[in-house]
Order: sequence, then C-alpha cells, then structure tokens
Amino acid sequence: MPLNLFKTIGIGVAFSPNLEANINEASRLSLYLNSKLVLIHVGNASEEKLAKFKSLLKPYTSQGLQFEIVFKVGKPVEVILQSIIDSNIDLLLLGALKREKLVKYYLGSIARKITRKAKCSILLLTQPDVNRQLCKHIVVNGLDEEQTEKTITSAIYMAHKFGSKSVTIVEEISNQKLSVIVEDDVSLRKSNIEKAKIKRVEELRTDAILNKIPEDYKTNLKIKSQPIFGKSGYSIGHYTEVVRADLLVMNAPNKITLWDRIFPLDIKYILTELPSDVLIIR
Amino acid sequence: MSSKNNIATFFKSLPKNIFSGFVVSLIALPLGLGLAMASDAPPIAGIIAAVVGGLIVSILGGSNVTISGPGNGLVGVLLVAISTLGLESAYAAIICSGALLLLLGFLRMGKLADFFPNSAIQGMLAAIGLIILGKQFHIMVAHKIKRDATIDYLLEIPNAITHLFHLENRGLLYAALAGIVSLLIMVFYSKIRNKYFQLVPAPMWIVMLSISLSYYFELVLDLPHPIADEYMVSGIPSADQIISQLPSIDFSKTGTLSFWLSVVSLTLIASIESLLSIKAVDKLDVDKRRSNVNKDLKALGLATVASGFLGGLNVVTVIARSSVNVNNGGSNRSSNFFHAFFLVLFIVLFSTQLTRIPLPALMAILVYTGYKLANPNQLIRILRVGKEQLIIFFVTLFVTLLIGLIQGILAGIFATFILHVLINKSFRLFTKNVLKSNVLMYQEYDNNSNYFISVKHFCSFLNFYKLKEKINAVPEHLDVIVDFSMCKFVDDTVMENLSNYQDSFSKKGGNFEIIGLDMHDSKTKHPFALKQMLPVPNIIKKSLTRRQNSLEVFAKEFELKYNAEKYKKLDFLDAFEFFKIKTTNFSNNHLFDETCGVKIFDLEYSEGEGIVQKTIKSTMFYLDLKNNIPEFTLDKEGFLEKAYGFAGYSDIDMVKHPDFSNRFYLLGKKPNQIKAFFSNELIHFFESNPYYHVESNKKSLLIFSKERVASLKEIKALLYFGKQLRDLIEK
Repeated sequence: MPLNLFKTIGIGVAFSPNLEANINEASRLSLYLNSKLVLIHVGNASEEKLAKFKSLLKPYTSQGLQFEIVFKVGKPVEVILQSIIDSNIDLLLLGALKREKLVKYYLGSIARKITRKAKCSILLLTQPDVNRQLCKHIVVNGLDEEQTEKTITSAIYMAHKFGSKSVTIVEEISNQKLSVIVEDDVSLRKSNIEKAKIKRVEELRTDAILNKIPEDYKTNLKIKSQPIFGKSGYSIGHYTEVVRADLLVMNAPNKITLWDRIFPLDIKYILTELPSDVLIIR
Repeated sequence: MSSKNNIATFFKSLPKNIFSGFVVSLIALPLGLGLAMASDAPPIAGIIAAVVGGLIVSILGGSNVTISGPGNGLVGVLLVAISTLGLESAYAAIICSGALLLLLGFLRMGKLADFFPNSAIQGMLAAIGLIILGKQFHIMVAHKIKRDATIDYLLEIPNAITHLFHLENRGLLYAALAGIVSLLIMVFYSKIRNKYFQLVPAPMWIVMLSISLSYYFELVLDLPHPIADEYMVSGIPSADQIISQLPSIDFSKTGTLSFWLSVVSLTLIASIESLLSIKAVDKLDVDKRRSNVNKDLKALGLATVASGFLGGLNVVTVIARSSVNVNNGGSNRSSNFFHAFFLVLFIVLFSTQLTRIPLPALMAILVYTGYKLANPNQLIRILRVGKEQLIIFFVTLFVTLLIGLIQGILAGIFATFILHVLINKSFRLFTKNVLKSNVLMYQEYDNNSNYFISVKHFCSFLNFYKLKEKINAVPEHLDVIVDFSMCKFVDDTVMENLSNYQDSFSKKGGNFEIIGLDMHDSKTKHPFALKQMLPVPNIIKKSLTRRQNSLEVFAKEFELKYNAEKYKKLDFLDAFEFFKIKTTNFSNNHLFDETCGVKIFDLEYSEGEGIVQKTIKSTMFYLDLKNNIPEFTLDKEGFLEKAYGFAGYSDIDMVKHPDFSNRFYLLGKKPNQIKAFFSNELIHFFESNPYYHVESNKKSLLIFSKERVASLKEIKALLYFGKQLRDLIEK
C-alpha cells in the first residue's frame, strides 16, 4: 500500500527577501512528496507577479512539478485559511522568524494564528534556504493519543521520502503518569519499577503502530524509541534541540477549551522557541 | 526474609541507639530548659516538646537519625508570640502551627525549603543567632533588662560588660561568674582532648557542676546558695504535676491578625529549620538513606499539636542534637525515642535538683549556640562565593532584626531576585521562563545506566525544584550528567545543592557530573559562584569551572599536562575527512603528553554557515603515530552518513567478519590497503569495545564518541581506548 499523505502542499508567498528561498523550499518538498504545490498570494493578481512566480518555479516545473497560483485580497489569516479549504491543501508551509542575534526561532503572530486555526497539517520551517540540507534525523512524539498513529506514520513517510537515516519516537513520561511520588529510597525503587513498566507499555503501543506501516518505508531507516522525563509537549522540543534533530513531528493539540485559552497549550511552548523544523499533523 | 533481617539488625543496633539516645538527652535537658526560658515560656515547656517530639516522631517520622525537640530558630518567634499574645494564646498558636505543618506534610510541601536562596537562609539563621545571643547575653552576665526591639539588646551588650565591673551585690556577682565560667566551658570544651572529659557533653558538665556546687554550699559549707534567687531556674514542676496540671489554652485570639502572623511565622521557621536539618543530617547518615521529608513534616506537625496541648513548645528537627546522635552511634529512629525516654526519667528522678541550676549558666549555653548561628566565619565563606551574596545576607539579617522573621526572609528572596536580574541585565529571562519546564531528562540510548539531564534558560532558587525533582528520581548508584550548555544563568543555591548531590552520588557508588559550564563566567573562584553565560564566548575567563578543576587533577593523576586556554590554531585537524566540511572554531581544556604525541581536548566546531550554522562541542582524542597507516574512517553503522561529504567512499566489507561489517561502517580511499591493515586482532579490539568514531589521516588518529563534551569518566574511557589502540597499531 503506497502512502500518499500530502497530495497538495500550500505556501503563502509575499514579495519579501525570503521569497526565493520559500518557493525553492516548497517546490523541492512538493517534488519529494509527489504533491501539487499551491502558492497563495494575498493581494491582487498581475501579470508581473505571475511572471515572477513562474520564473522562480521554472527549474522545478521542468522536473515535473504541478502547481497552482491563487491570488486573493483580504486579511492574510483569513485568505490562507480559506484557500486551505478551497484548494484542498493537506500541508501548509510556514516560515519562522529568527529571534534577535541568537539562533532562536519563533512564529510571527499571523503564522501562530494560522497554526492554531488551520484544518490541515502544518510544516514550520526555521531555515528556509535556497539550497536545502538533507533532513537526517527526525524526532516524532509517541503520545498516547488517537492521532499519534497518523503522526508516526507521517514521520516515517517523510523520513522515507527525504532519505533520512533515523527516526526517534519520543515517549514522554510525565510525572502525572507516575502514581508513586519519590520521597525516599522505597518509593524511589517503586517509581523506577513503574517507569520501566510504563516504558514497556509505551513501546508495545508504538510497535503496534510501526507494524502497520509498510515494510518498504522502514528499510534503511533506524527507528528507535526514547523515553524522556519531562513536561509533556514541551520537553520533546528540548530533546530535539539537545540531539540536534532536523525535524520534529507532533500531534496537533486535539482539544481547545477555554482552559487552554487561559493556560496556553503545550504546543505553544514549542511555537515560541522552535527547536528545528516542526511538522504538526492534523 | 528482608523484614526478618531488618528486625535482627534493629535489635543488634539497639544498645548503641540506647546509648546514643542517652548522650543526646544529656544535651537536650539543659538546651530544652534554656530554649524555653529564652522564649519566656516555663522551662519545662522545652522538655515537654523534646519528650513529645521524641516519642511521636520516632514512631511516625520518615527520617532515620534525626532528633526532634525544641529548636533554637524558633526562640525569636516564640518570644514575640508569647509577649504579644500571652502564654495561653501562644499555646493555641503553637497548636495551630502544628496543624499547618501537618497540612504541609500532606500537601507534600517538603520542597518548600528549596525556594529559599542559600544566602537568605544564612542571613536569617544569623539573625536568629543574634536575637538569642543579644537577649541571653544580658542574663548571662546578670544584667536583666527589658527592651522592645531585639536590636537594642545587641546594642547594649557593651553596657552589660561595663556593668560587670561595677557589680557590688554578691548574689549578682556569683550569678555573672557562673554564666561566664559556663560560657568558657562551652567554648573550650572541644579543645580539651580528654577521652573521659568528652564522655559527657559540655551542657551537661555545666548542669552537673552547678548542681554539685550548689550542694557543696548547702551541705559542706552550710551556707545559703550564693546566687541571687531571681537568677535561679524556677518553676520546674514534678512529673505528676505536669500530667495533672495541663495548661489552659486560650483560643479566643484566633480572630486577630497578630495571632495568625505568629502562627505563620512559627510554621515557616519550624518547617525551614526542620527541612534544613533533615537535609544536613541525611548527609551524616552512615547508611546514606534518604529521608521522607513529607512524612517527617506530618510527624512533626502532629507532635507540635500534642506538645502544644500539653504545654510544650514547637517540635522541630534539630541539627546539633542529631549530629551528636550520629556521632554516638545512633543508627535508626529508636535513638530519638530513647532520648525522650531518658528525659522523662530525668524529670521523674531529678526535677527538684534542676532548680539548683543558675540561670546565667543555662543562658551561657544559649549564648554559645546563638554565636554558632551567627558565626562571623560564615561571612568569609559567603564572601568567597561572591560579593553579591553579602548584600543578600545583610538585607535578610537586618530586616529580620529590625522588623521580623517573615519580612526578613521575604526581603532576602526579593533581594536575591533583584540581584539576579541586575547581574543578567534582563528581567525577561526570568519572567518569560520561570513557568516553563526547563529540565529534560532521558537515558542515553547506547548506555542504559547513563542519565542525561539538560537544563535550559536559567536555573536558580526559583525553579531549582524542577531540576531537583528529576535528579531525585534517579537512584544514586547510577551515573548522571547535568548539562548547562543551554542554560544562561545558574545561581549559587543550585550549585551548592548540586554539589551535595555529587557527594551523595559518589558515596553510593554513582557518578554525578556537571558539564556545559565552560562557556559561563563567574566572578569568584568558588565552586558555588554564580555562573552566567558569556555573551561573547571569546572573553578570557577569570576562573576555572569545576570540570576544569577536576581535569587538572585528572591530568596529574595520569601524568599528563593540562592547559585550559583556548587555541584557535587547529590546522592539524584539517587533514581529517571529518573536518573537510566543518569549521573548527577553537579548542580548550587540553590534556596532553608531548613525549608520545597524545592530546585530549574539547573542540568547538561548526557545520554549515550563516543561518543553518550549528555549533557543536565535543571532546576528542588525538594521537601522533610513529608509522604511516592507511587513511580510514570507522564508526558505528548509521552515524557516518550523518557526517555527509564522504562522496566517493563506500563501506568496506570485511568478508571474514560479518558481525564487524554489520556493526561498523568502514570508509577509505584504498580498500585493499585498509583490508590488509585491519588484522583480526584489531577487529576483535573494535568489536569488544564501545563505539567510537576513529579516523586516521595516515600519520595520526582522531577518536571521539559523542557530539557533546565528555564527562570525566568518559574521558578516562576515551584515554584508555586510545592508548590501547595505539599499542595495538604500533606493535
């Protein structure tokens, strides 16, 4: 069963210094994934703009890239959200901004709004570049949620398409999961036994997901699972930074309640400090 | 089986614990009387607290070798409570604070003590010491005065001394004499190295000497007691009186603010004193057990409630008596029980004799403990950590003395925070990140017993509990590496606590290493000094980090030379394939041996340029070879592709060694030469050792393992591996 998870890839384009890098990145990705590329431009259509876009896309169309260019006037967030629905976009690319002089990336307010509201998967790019480096190591979450199956499948799919070498499935063991609180030697021993148990259960769960993925996608790929201890949804970003992975694949937050509005979602932490490129799967 | 064993060891250690409990009770008796009287409570209240505490905490507590009883830290607060509320309402406040302590235990607030910066706690303890010393000094020299502000007592100490020389009343003169002689006993006790003299603790010597002197006057000289009556211990009830005359407790003031202020102060100080003591005593424990602080808090809270109803003071864990307990062979909670038991025995048998103790003698014991708390040596210690710590210390000290304990500790916390903001010139660093989960822990994949902890943003007293929680979850016989390379600021409270962890890990056979502080600067050389990440990494550092210090020691041990300085001339690395597409920035922390061309160093190099640049620091082993060998690169399967740029190379298959070929990637331009070079012996050597990246450029070898700075243990392994490999190649 060949997977084709992202049939249509969308990217918002504006005439900024990043334009060339963004289009290159999106085109390359579309070619890798055999997807159609949709360029969304917020503004009026003009021959001049169209010519510019087409000239930038030229090296890729010769390689067989399918594309569509959408011109629409309106508020950026709304235009992009509407285009996602109109053009059936499965994956939206968003560029991140670099923070001051430090090598830290975060999302601008528009990108953040789109990330929250979009109905499709989103790839946040920290380093749009004309000449892209290969994606060597992918980190993916192994949360105990329904979505995780799709997320892990997507990660393996991306790894396969990019020719990545390794995928790490991160299982976050948060303190809430442990019923034993470490207070002395006895409870320490108990909690470590419990941790080992949780680890086994989690591994069984991810193994079950991995078993469903066609074997072709997993050859030449090192898949390991890594339990980490930290705050769920946040520490995975920290881990990605520590191991210097190139892509982090995560579940989209599944429930947005009033509570989450007041106390920001875990994912917001990741968005304020992008550890690497981040793919959010919906 | 194990429980049977436990019972057997319990009975085996019982005689030692009984003895130790007895010795502790010898100190607890005079201290209990003195602490109660210093708090303006009836002297017996201290003994009641010790007895109730000993009984309840020994049965329900969660620590092992601690002793509980009335604490010196509480004297100041109790004094205020009793003078503003009156004794009967003060008992109500004690009961309420016990209930609050119980609640803290149930809410698992044992981590509360982690939120107090070290220097602020030092300042608070010093202030408590001064409060005790200031008030009791006057009684010790028979110069009873009554002042409103604690600071006035201190200011009048010179007056009290001059007053000594004008004493004409013989009763007062003898009283002052008893006080001064007792103080001298306290001071010089530790200097006298006599086995028999040391059998009895100093406070008990004072009690015994004064009681026997009193009998000497009465029976031998047949004279009235020479010390004025108001300077004698009074109001010690007999055992049956204590039980029959329970104090009336007045809960009518529970509606007032001052009542609850007292309750909160009592709870705060009781919990801080207990938690600090438990932490300190755990370090003394021979068996290196971990105390369950929350269970202990519950027991202490319950004991305080009971003690309050019986007319006793707050029960806290006390450090001095606990360390005496450990020194005398106390090994489990039964010693605490026996300390209480012997106290009961003393009261039943000798309660009337206790009235023969002169007050100044008892107060001399307290003056000495007060002095110990406010020891000027501490100032020097704090100054060594950093000048800014002195500010925190004095702010806490003066606010505590002039206003009150709660305000003092709050001022200390505030001052620490402000200083941290000023030092970092950033308020946002703290406000933005304080709530974030900044600690990540995981077990490194290739080595299952190695826990790696990475800390981000900042790590200070504000969020140390997060790091602590993670470290606490690791059994101490394992290896832990704490990496601060992503952390901009680390404060002294954290450094000191981590140093404690280093001790406890090494004592239990584990290994606790701190890495990633090489890019941080500190103002002093003290290992606990504040660490702040340098904005420009090239500034010459003022002091060595702990890792660098241990590298220096390591170098001596292995007869290597050590140089911490940074070098930018790294052309010897350019010949290695690995660096073909990487830029080397600098190397530092060199361990080297010129005679055989061996070098170990931390290298910072970067991959890519501009926006995609990644900077990596790694510890490497470099070795000059005597003879030329083929160029090759060897690593574990899967790693090498990561170091792309090896175009034109392919994995060399060693047909005779399928396992080796499966596990390792071997690359080189001349496969035939390499195949010839990789003898069976060499292959077996690689197979039987951990994975390293090994690279030859004909004349030299480069070996490293991880893309991060290696811990000391890992450096040792690297050195050993490299030397063995050299011996094998050069044979």
